[in-house]
Amino acid sequence: MLQVCNVNAFYGKVQALWDVSLEIHEAELVALVGSNGAGKTTLLKTISGQLRPASGNVEFLGRRIEGLPPHVVVELGICHIPEGARVFPEMTVRENLDMGAYPLSAWKQKEKTREQVYELFPLLKERERQLARTLSGGERQMLAIGRGLMSRPRLCLFDEPSYGLAPLMVKEIFRIIQGLREQGNTVFLIEQNVRRALEIADRAYVLENGRICLAGACGELAESEFVQKAYLGL
Amino acid sequence: MHILEGNAVTKHFGGLAAVSHVDFAVDPGQVVGLIGPNGAGKTTLFNLISGALVPESGTIRFQEAAITGLKPHLICRKGLARTFQSVRIFPHLSAHANVQVAALFGRTDRRSVAEANQETVELLEFVGLSGLESLPAKDLKLPSQKRLEVARALATQPQLLLLDELMAGLNPTEVAGAMDLVYRIRDRGVTLFLIEHVMKAIMSVCDRIMVLHHGEKIAEGTPQEIATSRAVVDVYLGE
Repeated sequence: MLQVCNVNAFYGKVQALWDVSLEIHEAELVALVGSNGAGKTTLLKTISGQLRPASGNVEFLGRRIEGLPPHVVVELGICHIPEGARVFPEMTVRENLDMGAYPLSAWKQKEKTREQVYELFPLLKERERQLARTLSGGERQMLAIGRGLMSRPRLCLFDEPSYGLAPLMVKEIFRIIQGLREQGNTVFLIEQNVRRALEIADRAYVLENGRICLAGACGELAESEFVQKAYLGL
Repeated sequence: MHILEGNAVTKHFGGLAAVSHVDFAVDPGQVVGLIGPNGAGKTTLFNLISGALVPESGTIRFQEAAITGLKPHLICRKGLARTFQSVRIFPHLSAHANVQVAALFGRTDRRSVAEANQETVELLEFVGLSGLESLPAKDLKLPSQKRLEVARALATQPQLLLLDELMAGLNPTEVAGAMDLVYRIRDRGVTLFLIEHVMKAIMSVCDRIMVLHHGEKIAEGTPQEIATSRAVVDVYLGE
């Protein structure tokens, strides 16, 4: 479904990604693991069109998408749920959700999709008319996820969805991500809760210093001494 | 004697009780944790203590003196510093300058620029940011920005430090490093009151934990008591 081939990308003069290649198949849940600063967010940005790679290509459903603007990439069926719960602070919860439904096909179904999002996050329905800036950190995270789902994506890119969430809510978020996959969605997940990510994903890539240094089935990676020491704190 | 004490502290946002008649106390030398579901009012409580918000009713005392309603910079100069959940650094100043500002202006005893510089270098080393001091703060990675806020807060020479989610977004290996930093801050003689969702960390670093839910305190106790409290498992930890 998604193929990233030999991507090199820069932030200003600093090279952030070195020859990165990976692939994600339809209906797979794939995790991306790495230290802070390894280049994980940069990789998601090159997929969602927020950063144009200096070289290499990105293919989605057989079509080259590197360098396409983000709003076109969303139309094609990729949603990027950014880290740090970046929502529109001066808009209400409901307006934020509707902002996610801008692809034409999604707009036509936005009432229905919004109800589905409210089912996943009843709290958002309670706060429907509140300005997003009045939400707590965790509530904003839920809103960011809900807004992403409003585009009715085929591939969801999650950048640390459990960031700043209470334990019960973390469980809930992981349950929701698993649910998305069970409904046939494809998920690419960055997550610092490495243990949990490796539990729910099929495969994982490990990114260090902008390079893919390990890849494999999650079970094997969780057993790897390197992963245990570097990411699981064992 | 408590270093920090709050009585019936209350704050509403619109019709919503963000913090409702909350009593709290922190003893000198302790590490006290503040946990609760998202939206429970934890950061609001820190905002009330640090002066960013003013309580509608109730009193807050720091080292026996009332600080309710004082401006944040005055509270800071009394020795009560904080960090922020969403970092509030000076993005275009260097890491060094971010800390230096606090060393110069965040306390009552005036220091020379040279003294402040030296202290800044020491603090940046203490939090593990040596070598990055000349970078604009905005170019640091998020976990480093959080450590920068810690250094900046320590530069005001606090007796009490409020840490708001220092460990969010860290992987387990990085969490271990952050826990070590918490212990080292405590060993400098700074009392700590911290908001954190990383259970493994909060259960091991805290002497006591209090739990907020819908703006009310629903539990308080040792980590063991909290981990086994029915109410806390129901609203926060999950089975």
